[in-house]
Amino acid sequence: MVDNIRVTSEKVEGLYRKLDRDARNAGYNLNPDTAFTRELVEGLLVNEKRYGYWACPCRVAEGDIEKDRDIVCPCDYRDPDLAEFGSCFCALYVDDEIKNGNKKARSIPERRPDRETREHASKEKEEAITRPQEAGSFKPRLPVWRCTVCGYLAAREEPPLVCPICKAKKDRFERFL
Amino acid sequence: MYELERVEGDNRGDVRLYAISTCVWCRRTKKLLEDLGVGYSYVFVDLLDRDPRSEVEAEVMKWNPRCSFPTMVIDNKRCIVGFQEEEIREALTYGG
Repeated sequence: MVDNIRVTSEKVEGLYRKLDRDARNAGYNLNPDTAFTRELVEGLLVNEKRYGYWACPCRVAEGDIEKDRDIVCPCDYRDPDLAEFGSCFCALYVDDEIKNGNKKARSIPERRPDRETREHASKEKEEAITRPQEAGSFKPRLPVWRCTVCGYLAAREEPPLVCPICKAKKDRFERFL
Repeated sequence: MYELERVEGDNRGDVRLYAISTCVWCRRTKKLLEDLGVGYSYVFVDLLDRDPRSEVEAEVMKWNPRCSFPTMVIDNKRCIVGFQEEEIREALTYGG
């Protein structure tokens, strides 16, 4: 593995600004500790050079997109971690409490299942999708939440903290399916 | 085989840190050890080739089945997962 991949501070600044803008537009926040956040953005750029995609800077990537897809930033675990701990695993993304300085970001437990469990789950998912369904027995694999303000639908364990479309808060979501 | 990098400092036992070079919590953990003046050994797992990386991961999984980083192992007895500042200070300042 090649070490010493360097990225320029201009590149870091550029991506930092883009991620910050995108986060705000979708109802998320970057960590307000800008030095900390810039280090993570640098890590994303290093991983872009190494692997060709933004593998999570705080996890070990395999270098195979099929195996790393769940940890391409923003990872599959960001939103459940924001809901439970107030930040993602890296603390690149944080909730309002941390953003407003009422709580400190900290190192949180890893939510990503171990390799064996991941491989098993991906097989199960494939089987569930291809299994024929009886008429009238439709049951979604995940709960579907509806934003009562704008109608946005999201199939996930929990509604987002903020509706990415209209920015209504989590409590404005109702269970739809 | 892989090699651990050595950082010289006070002897507080065998302190081993498994880390990722791009991870900011890992860097904070390294910096804390340096601020405490503790001698330790570390490896950046993401910079290893496939085989030595698997070897390190198998070792880490004995202590931390999720195989997340940073993972610190002290004297082959105690494992601290993540940047747990208070816990690390307590373990290495008062002799554990």
